[in-house]
Amino acid sequence: MDAVISGVGQSQIGRRINRDPLELTVDATLAAVEDAGLTLADIDGIATYPGNMDVPPGFSGGGVTELQEALRLNLNWFAGGIEAPGQLGSVISACMAVACGLARHVVCFRTVWEATAQGQKGRSSAMPGIGAAEGGASSFRVGSFMQWSLPFGAPSAVNWIAMMAQRHFHEFGTTREQLGWIAVNARRNAGLNPNAIYRDPMTLDDYLAARMISSPLCLYDCDVPSDGSTAIIVSAPDTAADLRRPPVRVESVGTAIHGRPSWDQWDDLTTMALRDAAAMMWRGTDLTPADVDVAECYDGFSFIALCWLEALGFCGKGEGGPFVEGGERIALDGALPLNTHGGQLSAGRLHGYGFLHEACTQLWGEAGDRQVAGDPEVAVAAAGGGPLGGCLLLTKG
Amino acid sequence: MVTSVTDQPFRLLPRVTTHTKPFWTGGADGKLRFQRCGDCGYWLHPPGPICPECLGKNLVTDDASGDATLHTYTVNHQSWYPGLDPPYVVAIVDLPEQAGLRLTTNLVDCALDDVRIGMALRVVFEQYDDVWLPFFEPAGSSGAGGMAET
Repeated sequence: MDAVISGVGQSQIGRRINRDPLELTVDATLAAVEDAGLTLADIDGIATYPGNMDVPPGFSGGGVTELQEALRLNLNWFAGGIEAPGQLGSVISACMAVACGLARHVVCFRTVWEATAQGQKGRSSAMPGIGAAEGGASSFRVGSFMQWSLPFGAPSAVNWIAMMAQRHFHEFGTTREQLGWIAVNARRNAGLNPNAIYRDPMTLDDYLAARMISSPLCLYDCDVPSDGSTAIIVSAPDTAADLRRPPVRVESVGTAIHGRPSWDQWDDLTTMALRDAAAMMWRGTDLTPADVDVAECYDGFSFIALCWLEALGFCGKGEGGPFVEGGERIALDGALPLNTHGGQLSAGRLHGYGFLHEACTQLWGEAGDRQVAGDPEVAVAAAGGGPLGGCLLLTKG
Repeated sequence: MVTSVTDQPFRLLPRVTTHTKPFWTGGADGKLRFQRCGDCGYWLHPPGPICPECLGKNLVTDDASGDATLHTYTVNHQSWYPGLDPPYVVAIVDLPEQAGLRLTTNLVDCALDDVRIGMALRVVFEQYDDVWLPFFEPAGSSGAGGMAET
């Protein structure tokens, strides 16, 4: 694809930092623009996921309009919305915009403030219809796709993903002892990332002892609600001379979904839409899974990362459990370093964009104590689960 | 307005529309009811405006057998709503009427230790207001209808 990534930036990241989410967005944007070696006058596009939304609380930190107004940007192109191939679908849209000549430098952002929004009450306070349950709105009724799961006490993606994991366990013999290595590996890497949320060491025994949330997924299979903003600058390749350093090339992208866009009617519940996105990404390149030096795969729940590993061809279908078992292969010094910043499981739920930020940081050799050795040249950034999935194959410029 | 004391757990209820009414109210007749193509016989769930198989618009309502097998499940331990106490089993069941025709539901009247993927199930309904929620219990069970318990 005729697009490059020229800069990345993040705001303060943390738990319940009680800061204006738009201010976080602005901080990340300014950091990314500076990182690229550009000025705000160079920015002529904005892309974001999911756009401005009031519910669920903390899920959105403003949309295109809010950022444009805050920084008084002059835009030639913009797009924001939730109907996209995963959170990184917004970045892929920006790649298309610069490839088509609609814009030169697009700031893409994702801002969350779920930790602050949920306060001390935790995730349950963000569940749809919670007001009705607390006696606030007795006439509340559920529409859309949520009507097929909410009446059955399954309001959270943890329930839906758990049922996919259980089916995977059933068909392929996958175990919690295997799945846990994705969480343990993430924590190990987070210990080397000063911006990660949870950095204390965690063992597989710690993982197995954690309370169950929705079997077979326990607390440590779930990412940690956080506050923070990530910004990515997507640029036209012919702007390279204007940039601070050689940009990261977007080699190929995947956006496909070939089955029903549903959490329970999907044809094969041991995989997800990411199956089709990953296949499409490989169709668009001569590179192969063996060429990948770093894999940053969405772990909103650990099982999603396992599905990405299979879909991306790092192992065969159903072989994700044995692939991650023991944690050596996916370690920083392993054959396929995975989620080198700590993933969302330990570095915080920055919702997809954190993986792309880390992939670029690794390719630029700027990851500090967690830098993968050997000068990595090819990285995958993949985000989304269930009917949402999108991925990018990136190469060093 | 009459307020009645009930021991039913809290349930968020669906908004009943013309399309979804047969599904959400079929339990009044003890029937698991779906939209179906009157031309090619394809079962549609969720209901839609056209048959995705033959593009026919002759869509009718039909009764499924009420039988199912357990495709996958999760034991939910998290308390999401006051009045809906964990643990309980959320399940996705396969219906024999058509490959890939599935429902998300709750498994009831079944001990947690007895839940097995592939087990034979039978629909049971519970009325909440104007909605009859379809739950599933092990085939041949007593029909006592309690939430799955340890």
